[in-house]
Amino acid sequence: MSFYDVYLKYKGFDFNDFLSSVTDSQIMKILSKEKLNALDFLALLSDKAKEYLEPMAIKARQLTLKNFGRAILLYTPLYLSNYCVNQCAYCGFNCKNKIARKKLSLDEVRKEAQAIASTGLKHILILTGESRKHTPVSYIKDCVKVLRDYFSSISIEVYPLDTAEYAELIEAGVDGLTLYQETYDQEVYMEVHIKGPKRDYRYRLDAPERACIASMRSVNIGALLGLNDWHKDAFFTGLHASYLQDKYPDVEISVSLPRLRPHFGNFAPKFTVSDKDLVQIMLAIRLFLPRAGITISTRERPQLRDNLIGLGVTRLSAGSSTQVGGHAIEDKGDGQFDIADTRSVVQIRDMLYSKGFQPVFKDWQAI
Amino acid sequence: MDDKLVIAGHELSSRLFIGTGKFHSHKVIPQVIERSGAQVVTVALRRINLDYPEENMLNYIPKGCIIMPNTSGARNAEEAVRIARIARAACGSNWIKIEVINDNKYLLPDNYETIKATEILAKEGFIVLPYMSPDLIAARRLRDAGAAAVMPLGAPIGTNKGLKARELIKIMIDEIDLPVIVDAGLGRPSHAAEAMELGAAAVLVNTAIATADDPVAMAEAFALAVKGGRMAYLAGMGAVKEFAEASSPLTGFLR
Ligand code: SF4
Repeated sequence: MSFYDVYLKYKGFDFNDFLSSVTDSQIMKILSKEKLNALDFLALLSDKAKEYLEPMAIKARQLTLKNFGRAILLYTPLYLSNYCVNQCAYCGFNCKNKIARKKLSLDEVRKEAQAIASTGLKHILILTGESRKHTPVSYIKDCVKVLRDYFSSISIEVYPLDTAEYAELIEAGVDGLTLYQETYDQEVYMEVHIKGPKRDYRYRLDAPERACIASMRSVNIGALLGLNDWHKDAFFTGLHASYLQDKYPDVEISVSLPRLRPHFGNFAPKFTVSDKDLVQIMLAIRLFLPRAGITISTRERPQLRDNLIGLGVTRLSAGSSTQVGGHAIEDKGDGQFDIADTRSVVQIRDMLYSKGFQPVFKDWQAI
Repeated sequence: MDDKLVIAGHELSSRLFIGTGKFHSHKVIPQVIERSGAQVVTVALRRINLDYPEENMLNYIPKGCIIMPNTSGARNAEEAVRIARIARAACGSNWIKIEVINDNKYLLPDNYETIKATEILAKEGFIVLPYMSPDLIAARRLRDAGAAAVMPLGAPIGTNKGLKARELIKIMIDEIDLPVIVDAGLGRPSHAAEAMELGAAAVLVNTAIATADDPVAMAEAFALAVKGGRMAYLAGMGAVKEFAEASSPLTGFLR
């Protein structure tokens, strides 16, 4: 059994029909329930539920405060390399794009680490484009060894790996995985992943589970909102998180809600995801999965991010750069996409305090 | 009233323990501790940031308080033991609250792994207070393993539901010759009072205080409720009767 079997169960399901038939009384009933099932969750993603955003927000806030308190974890991404062998229609690192490619040397990794660590952050997310040739597991491992001197928690966002490779990286000091399925719709997935190993839908889909099997401490999944009808992708994201949470209760499962951002290239998202849609997705996920972490990255504008604090978000990125060497290196590579919230760690920290929340710089320590 | 709680030879006059994980700022912690009168404060090693004084929670805990690090994040006994050892070095305290949780959905503790960790750490000289699901048999094993107190949950962490496990906790209080400290789930001062009336030795509160609009006032409210509940327990409460008793007995004529 894999999440693919869950996905297949909904193959013939008429989402549009279900979503358009949701009634007021259904929503009221769902809002009074303590535990939601999959279809309750889907109903909260309907247009009808949009009329109930305020009561959803009140409940989401209560659940978030109860489960996570007034604390928000801060982390930042560190791009190790932008070499990539894939052609993803929506991404600046697409191997067909003529961009400045760069891979950090271990010395440069140290420099970047020092610059980031000086802001006080203890959680880091390391990223690479997908190229086993340029950034093999052994290189990632070497980088982790350097980073352990500076950070108490290291997560990876790299190409999907085998269980044994995840175990190897965990052994080296990695405790978190972020991996986006991009879109759960297998057909759309094949359309936007034009060429390259990433076209293997199943291998990617099952990767978070392989990380769980390898005993990863935290696993973060998501869909790149805008590639497909967001109702479906948000639904499958929640279902996937719930599947992992039930099957691997010792792993901290969280979701990210990234929206497509401008990048080098000219892919226009087929589906728009408005701010209101994004908020609805976040609230529905919080109500469906009261204990899941929710991340909102610097892809989103400061004003929107600030307003999401307290509703469901538990993690924010801060002081981000999507450029390879973007924190301390002169000769930088081109970035993956434009970030919308360019505030420094100090600014994000102060914003959280002003909203009555505590920025948490350290929430795990490698043991 | 000279009513002291003694844990591993330490005399405590406050029976309210405070958790620190969910506050909006470390800066409020000293005031919370002061107004609550708490003498035992638990901190998660995972959150202790020694590199940055401003972010280091330990700097906000008044001198004289007992710091009880917890092993939050541990998924099994082995990890709990490792965290406990690092925590002892980081905090300079040999008190440890064992928290072994491998269920991230409900955050329920694993009693079996907790017993294993308790056994190892008690032998190493830690003052071990294990967080547990209320269960008499597990509590006995914890006692035999060297626990200095046991900390059953009143209801799952963060639920604010109160003393949902009341009957099981009552049995533990009646049967176990160790302080029973109700931890987790207490959402209101009245819940804390209820636990104290039942005979709990102390309560540990975090969410309800940390997420209150005014955490400092809420801390004091809890302190008062704990005192009231304890006083009622010591005073000996009237038994709850199944049948109302007529003031002139209905069967008095038989005498
Ligand atoms: S999304 Fe990932 S795999 Fe696709 S082009 Fe960008 S970096 Fe490469």
